[in-house]
Amino acid sequence: MASTNDTNQGQVPRFSLGRRRKGETTERLAHGLFLAAALVSVATTVGIVLTLFVQSVGFFSEISPWEFLTGTEWSPILKDENGARHYGVLPLVAGTMLVAVIAAALAIPTGVGIAIFLSEYAPDRVRKVLKPAIEVLAGIPTVVYGYFALTFVTPILRTIFPELIIFNALSAGLVMGLMIVPMISSLSEDAMVAVPRSLRQAAYALGATRFEVALRVVFPAALSGIVASFILAISRAIGETMLVTIAAGATPRMTLNPFESIQTMTAFIVQVSQGEAPRGSLEYNTLFAVGLLLFFMTLGMNVIGSIIVRRFRESY
Amino acid sequence: MAFADRDRRFRPRLPRRKQWGTVVYALLVLSILVGIVGLVTLIAQVLLEGVGWLSLGFITNFSSRFPERAGVWAALWGTVWIMGITFLFAVPVGVGAAVYLEEYAPKNRLTRLIELNIANLAGVPSIVYGLLGLAVFISLLGLGRTLLTGGMTMGLLVMPIVIISSREAIRAVPSTHREAAYGLGATRFQVVMGVVLPQAVPGIMTGTILAMSRAIGEAAPMIAIAALTFVTFAPTGPMDRFTVLPIQIYNWVQDPREGFSGLAAAGIIVLLVVLLSMNAIAILIRNKTQTRSEE
Repeated sequence: MASTNDTNQGQVPRFSLGRRRKGETTERLAHGLFLAAALVSVATTVGIVLTLFVQSVGFFSEISPWEFLTGTEWSPILKDENGARHYGVLPLVAGTMLVAVIAAALAIPTGVGIAIFLSEYAPDRVRKVLKPAIEVLAGIPTVVYGYFALTFVTPILRTIFPELIIFNALSAGLVMGLMIVPMISSLSEDAMVAVPRSLRQAAYALGATRFEVALRVVFPAALSGIVASFILAISRAIGETMLVTIAAGATPRMTLNPFESIQTMTAFIVQVSQGEAPRGSLEYNTLFAVGLLLFFMTLGMNVIGSIIVRRFRESY
Repeated sequence: MAFADRDRRFRPRLPRRKQWGTVVYALLVLSILVGIVGLVTLIAQVLLEGVGWLSLGFITNFSSRFPERAGVWAALWGTVWIMGITFLFAVPVGVGAAVYLEEYAPKNRLTRLIELNIANLAGVPSIVYGLLGLAVFISLLGLGRTLLTGGMTMGLLVMPIVIISSREAIRAVPSTHREAAYGLGATRFQVVMGVVLPQAVPGIMTGTILAMSRAIGEAAPMIAIAALTFVTFAPTGPMDRFTVLPIQIYNWVQDPREGFSGLAAAGIIVLLVVLLSMNAIAILIRNKTQTRSEE
């Protein structure tokens, strides 16, 4: 750029053929490098999918996919009393869903409430303080949430329910709920802020009160964005690892009882990988079979979430 | 008749509706309180349990079987190394990808595929990246359970954040500036390096810091890669084995012996202080550049 400014006025700029060709090489090289950088992300996805599939082949050559997906007993590492191992993934799926449902039960009403409050009620001054404060929750590392669940929430729950064991789905689920609140509240708030003022003004002109405008006009108009935020937040809860590893236990169990110790898919992956499982062993391959299922569950939810946002967005 | 009918059907019931309004308002305030109280108790719990364990020795000691002698030195250095490698890997590639998508990419199927792909990568659970690192960097390429493997895995994990925020920063550069440069005969590469990137730097830096603070707190993929080794040395090169702060905290949380829960809390305080200062820097950069553009 500097050279352009330095060109003497009145003098015709000279383009030597050699310089021009050199410039073209730079241009092409730069274009290629930028494209390569963009393709790294594609390579990452391909790498993830290939890795999970290829490594799972070793697993599924010994265990049939049907047995894996429908079996109700999971004990790939420890043998049961008959000396057999079981490879039915459903207990892990059940544990994962149990924690996610508890989290959603706390986070959906709370997150939507916060979103309505911030977008419809809070004056600007209040909003400027509360919004970042809630978003701090999203920046806290998940291992910290695990610590909080184990050392604070579980003891409190145990004073209310004395029969509760230390590692349980309830405590992990509640803290997980706290963790995904900001995801629901900011995405839902974005959806509600996008509802045009004219709709609110029309409702007020007809004599609606503030909560009627918020709940019967703005909320339905923003519903697609709000529902998408639920799906994305639950997908996040399914993929979350450290919190459930620390607080929910390591007992794969088909149960809907939140007071019991369970194991999620992610916690199983951590449990096996922290033991440095020997490469190529069935144990090692189990990691990737569970990882494959986890990947497709979260991918499916994320795709549905973004389709809802795009397809059902009301355009005003 | 018609009037009477309408009168009967339209009952404003204003006092009752106002009461409902108060109930709804109370519920909304309650939901805000759940969030704020949750945050405040979490921080209070960490501070109450952890402050007593903080000391100079806690920073400069290696981990130990005896809680009084344990510290985070190895984990702190591991975190610094991982951050460095993550940065060197994720930022050039991430910014390059953003430049390609904003300045070069034609509107075709490849571009749409790349965009869709980045959006989906951002939603992949972090533990899956750990499995990728395990299979590709450790098993396939034989890089071992080293800092290099950890940093590259973390780089892939945070790259979508770098790309998305860099694209926003690049998009915010007014197109008139580009057109002016093109009009003066600048080539595309010259426009990118001389006009677009210099103006996008503050935005890119903010995004980079966000990505780095995500990387600092991630434990799951690091456990899949580093495994739980009892590290009592500060790493000196990228091919060393390592531990990082979140893994160290996880180790202590898992330890049922007396005192280790307090150590975990103290480790969390160190982690949160590092995170807070990074975010403060990001906010400072943002505020500084905002006032400059208003001048």
